[in-house]
Amino acid sequence: MIAPLGQLSLALARGEVTPTALLEESLSRIRALDPQVHPFMRLTEPQAQAAARAASARRAAGKALGPLDGVPVGLKDIFCMEGVETTAGSKILQGYVPPYDATVVRKLKEAGAVIVGKLNMDEFAMGSSTENSAYGVTRNPWDLERTPGGSSGGSAAAVAARMVPGALGTDTGGSIRQPAAMVGCAGMKPTYGRVSRFGVIAFASSLDQVGPFAQDVRGVALLLQAIAGHDDNDQTSSARPVPDYAAALERRVAGLRVGVPREYFGEGLAPEVAALVRAGIEKLRGAGCSISEISLPNSPHAIATYYIVATAEASSNLARYDGVRYGHRAKAGQLLEMYERTRAEGFGAEVKRRIMLGTYALSAGYYDAYYLRAQKVRALIRRDFDNAFTMVDAVLSPTSPTTAFKLGERTDDPLAMYLSDVYTVPANLAGLPGISVPCGFDSSKLPVGLQLIGKPFDEETLLRLAHAVEPEKFEEPR
Amino acid sequence: MPVADFEPVIGLEVHAQLLTRSKIFCACPTAFGAPPNTQVCPVCLGLPGALPALNQGSIEMAIKAGKAFGCKIAERSIWARKNYFYPDLPKGYQISQYELPICLGGAVPVPGLRNIGLTRIHLEEDAGKNIHAEAGSEVDLNRSGVPLIEIVGEPQLRSAEEASEYLKALRLSLIYLGINDGNLEEGSFRCDANVSVRRKGATIFGTRVELKNINSFRFVRQAIDYEIARQVELIESGGKVLQETRLFDNAAGVTRSMRSKEEANDYRYFPEPDLPPLLLSRELIASVQVPKLPHQLLAELTAAGVSAADGHTLIENPELLRIYDQAPTHQSRTAQVIVNEVARVLKEGAIHRDFSPAWIEDVFRLQDLGTISSTVGKEVLAEALRTGKPPERIVSEKGLAQVSDTGALETVVDAVLARSPGEVEKYKGGKKNLLGFFVGQAMRDLKGKGNPGALNGLFKKKLGD
Repeated sequence: MIAPLGQLSLALARGEVTPTALLEESLSRIRALDPQVHPFMRLTEPQAQAAARAASARRAAGKALGPLDGVPVGLKDIFCMEGVETTAGSKILQGYVPPYDATVVRKLKEAGAVIVGKLNMDEFAMGSSTENSAYGVTRNPWDLERTPGGSSGGSAAAVAARMVPGALGTDTGGSIRQPAAMVGCAGMKPTYGRVSRFGVIAFASSLDQVGPFAQDVRGVALLLQAIAGHDDNDQTSSARPVPDYAAALERRVAGLRVGVPREYFGEGLAPEVAALVRAGIEKLRGAGCSISEISLPNSPHAIATYYIVATAEASSNLARYDGVRYGHRAKAGQLLEMYERTRAEGFGAEVKRRIMLGTYALSAGYYDAYYLRAQKVRALIRRDFDNAFTMVDAVLSPTSPTTAFKLGERTDDPLAMYLSDVYTVPANLAGLPGISVPCGFDSSKLPVGLQLIGKPFDEETLLRLAHAVEPEKFEEPR
Repeated sequence: MPVADFEPVIGLEVHAQLLTRSKIFCACPTAFGAPPNTQVCPVCLGLPGALPALNQGSIEMAIKAGKAFGCKIAERSIWARKNYFYPDLPKGYQISQYELPICLGGAVPVPGLRNIGLTRIHLEEDAGKNIHAEAGSEVDLNRSGVPLIEIVGEPQLRSAEEASEYLKALRLSLIYLGINDGNLEEGSFRCDANVSVRRKGATIFGTRVELKNINSFRFVRQAIDYEIARQVELIESGGKVLQETRLFDNAAGVTRSMRSKEEANDYRYFPEPDLPPLLLSRELIASVQVPKLPHQLLAELTAAGVSAADGHTLIENPELLRIYDQAPTHQSRTAQVIVNEVARVLKEGAIHRDFSPAWIEDVFRLQDLGTISSTVGKEVLAEALRTGKPPERIVSEKGLAQVSDTGALETVVDAVLARSPGEVEKYKGGKKNLLGFFVGQAMRDLKGKGNPGALNGLFKKKLGD
């Protein structure tokens, strides 16, 4: 049993557990549970063993690198790690071994974290159930018939199943927050630009953001601390100083103003989810927050806007998978035939669908009507939030309209799948930080997540509020 | 001739590699000629997860070009992705500029022609190179990510000759700016031409054809002339020019269709989300220094009395111009000697590093003193250029000083007259131009070192004139 990351970090600091013992526990749990839950695509055991031994030596010598020194973590398979196969869940990258570490991977290593393996995901982060992986399905630890959400379903499930105390994922339209809600852990998408995207396989460059998963909010704060900050290799990363996130948790939430947008409690929201989110609101009111209803009138256009912007960027980002330099290459005589077969064989159905949507949106004669108009709507969505933040410190909503759905339930209905992200997508379009925090279980014992959206670079307020919402004690799946 | 009834309309697009040490979006070197795929990294290989990080050097060079040609420099310009599939394009898109380029407008002054307007100058990254071998095709990505400026000219050129002159002037300007090496063969200066024709007096443009693969000035003229003739013939025979891209086959001297308008790429340009807008402060723009351009230098030279032809030769050859600039005085013969004698030695090979431009003046002085003739002066200068020895030393070492001593000359003159009785008789009979013959004979005897003026006088005296 792996304790929540925040607690575990304290136990390591007090010497109650060693990094090597912790890794053993993590690995044995992975071996026992992965056959059923299957969040792991591959383990990086030799590297992990070496890292844990080094961390143990530092801990024993009283020279720990920080709160993450010796903490096992998992990585969504979207992060490049030197010498370790990285596929982004796609057949087209089968066997691809990057020659360099993503900036966040380097930062985790520098913080002493022990990377135990790569986690399953929807192919190129396109999906909300992790069913679009070319490498098998990941299941929800609370109900093995259900999905863990997606696209970072492997990261969420590994944390919820207590295989690892922390994991990294990426969130382009909700891919951290939605699976965190589905499996009952905390997951944060930081402000666009807060964390470097260098070495993170791109889906939609203006929306993608790296973020942490942990059972507890303190764990999320510790991981965010390690990965945030400017990176010369990512010119969209921000130069703003990184505050002390764990210290922020000590500050009381009394007096914080929380806005509840009426558009996020309408049609399609499961009544039990609504009730548990409202209970979370009452918890904050009880802690001294002022709650007010607000309006984000352009949010209903978010999904349509998102599926133009994200697919347009993806159609370009995925052009490099052409079989010329790396990854899968189909046997073919002529160049054009090689391109066509490689991509036909290498990409899955959802990825192909999005490449076609995005190519169409950028085509001559359609660009103005689709891409340009979507960018205008995107600006309006951002303006809604700017207006709201003149009155409130954070926006609160459900993370996803329903609890975890059954495997296969939405695979034939892309639109129903897309609507799973209806509440998470606006934060990506506006570049704002968002967090999903567990707020209870429905009558089927499925977790429900509550989302908080903050001002740009105000991750601290979100962490404080989420910390006030999260339960005192965490239940464990059977 | 039907061609005379038509007016060609030509606009050139030039891609010039910038002389930065590193690539535009990564730290890899830009040097030409390294073994394939040895100057690459995750960024210029387009590996999954890699992101571009802009280097400042290329920005300042683009500003320099923009200022030199009088463009408007944008304080805010936008990077864009140009999407197309090709094996030498590792990301499947080229990072370029589209709607808001770094430079707008401006003109290239073409000496002897006129100013040719520019539409824009924008920054972009170069692609790699496909190498077609017998076993198959290979890709070298050393060039991938080398910074380029694309200089888009207005369709203001009216003949292949004008296009060639424009291109020469543009190339020379970029060399003087120190931002491009002007090497057409290595492809660091490349040109595409848009060519159309219309009946003289027509106000609307004809259908334009884009010509690619024209990598020398000669090919530019050949390709455009061929294309003009092809289009005119097509129209005259009742056909229509198709909008297409044609490749110049320089072995056959013809253009061939590469792809039609229907097959043309839809590049799906959109703003590059991995790079913020390029913001340039007024201070930065103002701080970029622009050296004198060739057309300005030419004007200065001709104002100083250098002939237009010599001036052209000097500005087209920066090494000659440097020697001219360093010569202590600028007489009309200074430029002449440099464009003839110095240029000849330069063409043979390198000028000796000890050669001093001040020696040109020394040679003139020796000539003026009568120590050497102008013919010998040219030899002495050539020798000084090759060996790095001062002219005086060459004259003394080789014994080139003229014989002016009357006694020594008289002996030779007497000998020449004694052995040429027939010519003497004719001279006295009125054939005065035989004087040259006598002087020539004497010069031969003196191995060229006789003072021709003194010899002239002596012969005239002896022959009773």
